[in-house]
Amino acid sequence: MAKTKSIAGILGEARRHLPRAFGSILAQGSKTGLRFGDRLFRRLTLAFAFSIVALTLLIAYELYRNSVLSIGKFGWGFFWSSTWDPVFQNFGALPFLYGTLVTSFVALAISTPVGLGVAIFLSELAPRWLSDPIAFLVELLAAIPSVLYGLIGIFVLVPIMRSLGAPYGVGMLTAGVLLAVMIVPFITSISREVLMAVPQAQREAALSLGATKWEMTWMAVLPYARSGIVGAIFLALARALGETMAVTMVIGNRPEIKLSFLEPGYTMAAVIANEFTEATYDLYINALVEVGLFLFAVTIVVNALARLLILSVAKKVEVRE
Amino acid sequence: MIPRGYRRRKVVNALMLSLTALCSLLTMSILLFILGYIAYQGITAIDWDFLTKLPKPVGETGGGMANAIVGTIKLLLLASLIGVPIGFLGGVYLSEFGHNKFGFLVRYAADLLNGIPSIVMGIFAYTILVLPMRRFSTLAGGVALGIMMIPIALRSTEEFLKLVPASLREASLALGIPEWKTIVFIVIPAAMRGILSGITLDLSRVAGETAPLLFTAFNNRFWSPGWLQPTASLPVMIFTYAISPYEDWHRQAWASGLVLLMLVLIANVSARWILRKQL
Repeated sequence: MAKTKSIAGILGEARRHLPRAFGSILAQGSKTGLRFGDRLFRRLTLAFAFSIVALTLLIAYELYRNSVLSIGKFGWGFFWSSTWDPVFQNFGALPFLYGTLVTSFVALAISTPVGLGVAIFLSELAPRWLSDPIAFLVELLAAIPSVLYGLIGIFVLVPIMRSLGAPYGVGMLTAGVLLAVMIVPFITSISREVLMAVPQAQREAALSLGATKWEMTWMAVLPYARSGIVGAIFLALARALGETMAVTMVIGNRPEIKLSFLEPGYTMAAVIANEFTEATYDLYINALVEVGLFLFAVTIVVNALARLLILSVAKKVEVRE
Repeated sequence: MIPRGYRRRKVVNALMLSLTALCSLLTMSILLFILGYIAYQGITAIDWDFLTKLPKPVGETGGGMANAIVGTIKLLLLASLIGVPIGFLGGVYLSEFGHNKFGFLVRYAADLLNGIPSIVMGIFAYTILVLPMRRFSTLAGGVALGIMMIPIALRSTEEFLKLVPASLREASLALGIPEWKTIVFIVIPAAMRGILSGITLDLSRVAGETAPLLFTAFNNRFWSPGWLQPTASLPVMIFTYAISPYEDWHRQAWASGLVLLMLVLIANVSARWILRKQL
């Protein structure tokens, strides 16, 4: 008796204390006096929608739970130490951070101008009949699985790099170049949409002042779309940071910090891919999961920034039109 | 009279505009090269044995990847069984009832889920399934891929349901048809093609995922009976064979690369084709 009462009590409490968002959910259906079927249907879809939120939280929790050992033992030093020595149970992730940063930087340095160039060509220059098929083909580039990029990387790009003077062929530069090809479609397709959202009046004003087509693009269109383009770059960065297979296959997989981009390196995603099944004791696995947790956190932040920037352009267009 | 710097401006204009055209040309040729190269290497490497036989023991040439092809199909089936219902019904919620803070929260969570690197999804499936069961399995791989399918299934369902005109709903409700029947029998069928194309696109995206399978479905040189054994899959086979030192394995990596590419491209193009017929 007392037990049922307490459950009812808890439910009541929960209803009062949960944030308003949840409160309105609990009340949904019953408040409006819906039919039984309708209420059931709402609850059913709600349950599935809720499972997505729960799943996301569960992923974060599981990552944390399985890296506790490593977090406890190494603390923040995990990110400053450059020894990665499974034999002596000493783990530091700095080489992977460095490799991830270098490859992503190289990838962005190449793909930003190229991807933006394509986007400008598609939105400002090419007629519709040319622009649509090209945009489709660029998106096809994003559909190719990353393991196939890796395959091309190993058998085509690596020999090319070697013939160009890279001592091993594999290395951080090679990985960066391959990544660049993979993220161009992200930069292009979003930049193109952002550019096409720039009001036509902006272009006409520039042209009427005597600007050339390029001056119009450079002075009137691009500045207007700036934050959206930066958003596209961030989105591409998030992809590059988490990209695993292609990078693993061409970076050389050596946990060292070398200044030369031609040297082999290692990235966060690659070390997880390579060593996870070889990790023989808990601390080792925990260290790898902590690398994954960090990667998870970084991509969430970068993605969130990207979305904010892209949204800000959408808002600007809405307000002015 | 020609203003000062006029010629320079013209030159800059022509130069920069042709540079953007050059960027497009470069990107196009890289795409065509990749597709062409995989097709060329794949066609010269593929044979009937490849599609119907099991891998030979290490060191022997010949054999095939029939088990990996079946493994990939099983993984995709399982992934759809997990990802599609959650994404679809969640999407129905978002479009029909989700104009509140909770709906915002779900969209936000789906965006996060979409941004999570695939290798991290592998870790998650490993910690919730492989560790407790103490074995790699098709199930774990399917779950990892299934979770990756959720965000796109969700958002495409929501977007296409929102495109269904309000008048259609109102007409049905005005006839006294309950809300749930309106949604299930009127609104969803009207958006079905769009939703289907979204899900096909979603499948084509996860079909090539390798990273989440490395330590969930793992690999297997034999047939994998049932759902609780490690299984081979095309992407993982490509990875394993490509980084191996054997010439014949490289050949087979290209052959499986071609099969995987065809699978992904066919799904991708047919998704767009389904959509075009609707609009």
